[in-house]
Amino acid sequence: MEILPNISIYHYVIVSILLFGIGVVGVMLRRNALIIFMCIELMLNAVNLLMVGFSNMWGDGKAQVFVFFIMAVAAAEVVIGLAILMMVYRNQETTDINILNKMKW
Amino acid sequence: MVGPVMENLLLVILLFPLLGAGLNLLIGNKVGEKGIGWIANTATGFSFLTALYVFFASGGCQSGLTFSMFEWFHFGKVSIPFSFYLDGLSGLFVLIITGIGSLIHLFSMGYMHGDKEIKRYFMYLNLFIFFMLTLVMASNYLLMFVGWEGVGLCSYLLIGFWYQNSTYSEAANKAFIMNRIGDLGFLLGTMLMAYHFGSLSFGDVFPQLSQFSDTGVLTAIGILFFIGAMGKSAQLPLFTWLPDAMAGPTPVSALIHAATMVTAGIYLLARTSALYVLAPLALDLVLYTGLATALLAAVIAVYQNDIKKVLAYSTVSQLGLMFAAVGSGGFGAGVFHVLTHAAFKALLFLGAGSVIHGLHGEQDILKMGGLKKNMPVTYITFLIATLAISGIPPFAGFFSKDLILVTLYEARGPLFFGIALLISLLTAFYMFRLFFLTFHGSSRNDKVAHESPAGMKTALIVLAVLSVVLGFLGLPHIFAHPLGLSNLLEEQLKTAVVMSAPHLSATTEIVLMVITLTAVVITIALSKRKYGSVQSLMAEETRLTTLEKWASHKFYLDEIYETVVTKNMDRLARFTQRWADELIFHNISSLSGRSVRELGLVMRKIQNGNVGSYFTAMVLAMSLILIYFIFQ
Amino acid sequence: MVTEMMFYFLSFVAILSAIMMISTKNPVHSILYLIVTFFAIAGHYFLLNAQFLGMVHIIVYAGAIMVLFLYVIMMLNLNEDAEPVKSKYQKISATVSGGIFMLVLVASLRSAEVSLEKTRNTDIGLVNQLGKVLFNDYLLPFELSSILLLSAMIGAVFLSKK
Repeated sequence: MEILPNISIYHYVIVSILLFGIGVVGVMLRRNALIIFMCIELMLNAVNLLMVGFSNMWGDGKAQVFVFFIMAVAAAEVVIGLAILMMVYRNQETTDINILNKMKW
Repeated sequence: MVGPVMENLLLVILLFPLLGAGLNLLIGNKVGEKGIGWIANTATGFSFLTALYVFFASGGCQSGLTFSMFEWFHFGKVSIPFSFYLDGLSGLFVLIITGIGSLIHLFSMGYMHGDKEIKRYFMYLNLFIFFMLTLVMASNYLLMFVGWEGVGLCSYLLIGFWYQNSTYSEAANKAFIMNRIGDLGFLLGTMLMAYHFGSLSFGDVFPQLSQFSDTGVLTAIGILFFIGAMGKSAQLPLFTWLPDAMAGPTPVSALIHAATMVTAGIYLLARTSALYVLAPLALDLVLYTGLATALLAAVIAVYQNDIKKVLAYSTVSQLGLMFAAVGSGGFGAGVFHVLTHAAFKALLFLGAGSVIHGLHGEQDILKMGGLKKNMPVTYITFLIATLAISGIPPFAGFFSKDLILVTLYEARGPLFFGIALLISLLTAFYMFRLFFLTFHGSSRNDKVAHESPAGMKTALIVLAVLSVVLGFLGLPHIFAHPLGLSNLLEEQLKTAVVMSAPHLSATTEIVLMVITLTAVVITIALSKRKYGSVQSLMAEETRLTTLEKWASHKFYLDEIYETVVTKNMDRLARFTQRWADELIFHNISSLSGRSVRELGLVMRKIQNGNVGSYFTAMVLAMSLILIYFIFQ
Repeated sequence: MVTEMMFYFLSFVAILSAIMMISTKNPVHSILYLIVTFFAIAGHYFLLNAQFLGMVHIIVYAGAIMVLFLYVIMMLNLNEDAEPVKSKYQKISATVSGGIFMLVLVASLRSAEVSLEKTRNTDIGLVNQLGKVLFNDYLLPFELSSILLLSAMIGAVFLSKK
């Protein structure tokens, strides 16, 4: 018996795109470094969802393994990112990313 | 470069002055003043000896010696070879240039003694000889033009030799610029010629002339070449540079502005004689211009008080006569007068140099006088030259001037003969005025004059001898035939130049000669009466009629040129500077630089360091790329 | 039928809470909304029979990472008005470009050729099946990821020392 008889892969693609897009908008929209981090996590998760959907479509396990690794990497990245953020906060007393604008002319 | 020995010697003649200049440049500072002078003298002298040898060994270069080196360049189907050509006409000119050049080098050693810049002087002088030789020895018009420009350059360098004086350098500028105006005519003429004849070499063009039917083109070429000659040989209206050119050292005036450069115009016309006989309109222009110039200059010369300026205007006048002769078809007569004029005019200038040297720089004849006793050699040689230029036999000027007068009478009629006669009388008058005021009477100068050193004297004497002897080269037939001699000059030039020997009956010729001679003698007597003694001098100078006042101010020609030409050219130049140069071209040329900079200034705002904006840009770019791939 | 409604419900919750996450001013509320999103996605995983991943997702993301975020926010003591807001122009441009991006991605589906379409009932998401794939074919990346985590730990400790 089919669990999801009328749901095609396109549904998952659209959902994933929407989540990803919201993540992108979030990065562009917010100025708090932490919120931006969370939006990055959201983007990663959208991709995860897509991959799991495809893995189900093909019946292949490789995509789920990939998702597994994405999660591991995301965890590591969050750790380091937050550590850096902490250091910046220690120096600048704020988490506004607009203060990090020295990479210019 | 292999060829018979004679042809190779052509290169020797040409290169020696150039080597002299180069040698002086390199080691001049080490050999001292005398060394510099000797290097220059030997260079020119050697050139002269070689030229003599070539001339006599080839029997007057009648058959034409060619020394060709390589093909210089070609445009379209016109090929310009770098080759030199010596025939009857150019052989004669080479002798004049190197011969008189050597004498003037000798004279300069004494005259320029003590000048700190003597190395530069002799370098320029040798360079000038080189370019002048290039001019007359070229085998095509373009190479001739190289020499033409070169002598213009050297003339500029030498006129403005004492460049620290701004008047002198302005005079040099004037000479060069007026030369250049004429050069435009020369260039246009060569372009026309290259277009219609497909070549610029003498050997190619002249044989084609007989089949060429378009007289309009020939007249145009003739007129354009004459415009070039106008600039170089100081004819109306481009002659005002010559009197100003007296700012240069006197030997320079002798060489360049009496004997050689100014005769380049006559050389050009004589060389192109084959073309001119087919273009009578051009010849008419030459005649009228020549006569007008001669008359004007002669009138002005009567009222000048600077010894060199009188001689300068005299040169212009004599050149005018030469052109008048050429314009009547007497190419041979013109060349003959070039020859004799070179001798006695150079002598006159050197004599003036001697006088100036002796009086320590005085040039105003009103302040001279009584030099007869103190400078005997100068006095006698100057007298010989003055007699020559006035046309007294047996001196050279008589024969050449006579030939000119006869040519004019025969080809153009008694009216033109009369005008030329008037000019000759004026010549005699002002030359003797000059002579008497300078040498006779009592001294109006408080300086004690001294005779010139040996080197200068030698040059003067040699030239005086030449002034006597050269006339016999062109002995007219009425004298020559009875004596069993022939007109050597006619023989010399026969193959090179279109000669139209006058065909007057012997009687007419003798009658004309007698009329001329009588008139000249009377004029000289008048001049002596007026200027022979001192008292009459003082009285005369205060009563000048308006015409005479104008003449003494050279008819305000310079001022007219200034207002009509120079000021307007200036305005035009300023106008184009403001509207074309600064507005258009400046902006166009700086456009690329400025636009890049402006673009950079704008683009750099994109890098604002704000990561958020970077990200936005990234997102948009990705969208665009995806759009591209979607629609592909 | 029910599962389809589940799918739509879970998607709706995920998207809604994502939008709330990016628009709310309070950072703590942001985190909470993100946690809700994560749970919704985990629900999607279970629907697709990726059981192992679903569990791991909840444990790692909602349990560890979000807690970490919360700790940091508590430590930094971020409040609602702590952060300045971007200018209106920037907000509009952000939304518009994000919208364009999404639109383009959706449109790119047109040129995609998918041979299979439907989701199906598969067992690949079960632990034993996934474990077989993981430990047979991807053993090396597995070990390497442990080193990655080790380095992340070391880095974090090092970075936060005074």
